[in-house]
Amino acid sequence: MSQNPSAKFTVNGQKVEYSGDPRRSLLDYLRDELSLSGTKKGCDHGQCGACTVIVDGRRVNSCLTLAMMQDGCEVATIEGLGNPASLTVLQRAFIAHDGFQCGYCTPGQICSATAMIAELEKGWPSYVSADLMAVAPSDQELRERMSGNLCRCGAYSNIIAAIREVLQVTQ
Amino acid sequence: MREFSYARATGISEAAGSTARVIAGGTNLLDLMKLEVETPARLLDINHIGLDQIDEVENGLRIGALVRNADCAANERVRRDYPLLARAILAGASPQLRNRATTGGNLCQRTRCGYFMRLGTRCNKREPGSGCDAIDGINREHAIFGSSSACIATYPGDMAVALCALDATVQITGTGSSRSVPVRGFHRLPGDDPSRDNVLERGEIITSVTLPPPAGGRQVYRKVRDRASYAFALVSVACVLGIREGLISRANLAFGSVAHKPWHDPELEKALLGERPSPQLFTRAADLLVAQAKGKGDNDFKIPLLRRALIATLIDASGA
Repeated sequence: MSQNPSAKFTVNGQKVEYSGDPRRSLLDYLRDELSLSGTKKGCDHGQCGACTVIVDGRRVNSCLTLAMMQDGCEVATIEGLGNPASLTVLQRAFIAHDGFQCGYCTPGQICSATAMIAELEKGWPSYVSADLMAVAPSDQELRERMSGNLCRCGAYSNIIAAIREVLQVTQ
Repeated sequence: MREFSYARATGISEAAGSTARVIAGGTNLLDLMKLEVETPARLLDINHIGLDQIDEVENGLRIGALVRNADCAANERVRRDYPLLARAILAGASPQLRNRATTGGNLCQRTRCGYFMRLGTRCNKREPGSGCDAIDGINREHAIFGSSSACIATYPGDMAVALCALDATVQITGTGSSRSVPVRGFHRLPGDDPSRDNVLERGEIITSVTLPPPAGGRQVYRKVRDRASYAFALVSVACVLGIREGLISRANLAFGSVAHKPWHDPELEKALLGERPSPQLFTRAADLLVAQAKGKGDNDFKIPLLRRALIATLIDASGA
């Protein structure tokens, strides 16, 4: 058993090592120690999805996991997906469809949707899938699959339109 | 959050028998630690000890305690042979939480209510002997079965309700010994000690959950909640219904968010077995189920809601 261990992992491809207070959430570590402030703190209790990042290819709430628990993991944040000079297809679609208003939830929405598209490609079912073995990405499916990300401006229709466009381009 | 020490276990032998608080997905525990409802002095991270596989055993399926909820629901065998389990898991939480939450951790999520989550209120679960502000308080989400004068909180999960209907068993390892407990007997009623949600003893951890051979039949998970997604159930119904030669040959039912544990009523199942499915039969069965239910005021609505949810589920599953 390793007592008072450190956590060695990568963030957007860069090696990092954390050995501070074990109470530090991954979210606070990203924002306060790595100055990656794209990831947002909304509720800090896993209810709003603003803090969504991608760990080992999966979307998770960075507020509900400890920095210390990321040992050996690959963490990707919004800063690792694209940048103003080189946006991802999904980021471009969010702009084209006005998939936000105030923008606070947007990094979480984009990280979540990026990983959600990968889940669809793997054929993962959802609560609204009529057939658990064969999934078709209807708007109802997309809404259910994005239900872990709240948008208090109510840009949901445009967020779905942006995701829909990316699915049409890539599939 | 209160201070704690953190250690990382590298194998089951380090986790079983430990007196530290075990953390897996952490989606419930860390939330409660932030609220200082949970204040463990020592955390033991068990995410690196294996137990993350789904294996075929004796015509059934063994799900490792650290299999993530998302992986369990996406597993082909689970989807094909235990659709009730896949549907119940997918009805719970959000995709982000299901990517972290584990099979064992989900079973161990706290039975809870708004008062338990809020320091400054009296709660026998959080602070044994302090009293219960929920019983005469705002109790819309609370139990209608099996509550005591000490606690009326509900077990809010979905996965365990399906595991109850499927009659799965929980494998548990402690210091030098292992045991197996039916999921139906894993969670406790509050009695005079609501601080204990389940039968795990100090130092014991869940290592796996085993599903019996596929039950077949129609499997339905019906969840009634305040919004369409990402909310706890007000009531939920897990149903496996088999029909042979026009008669009910198998009826396994469990109910969520109505008691301190997933609720299972053997008398209800007996009333359905061998009968011809009909709306009249289902109404009689639902009346039998809710005959023992007791509301506390705000949650009175759960009684007719559960009755109707059961009838609708049985009609859906039988085509009657």
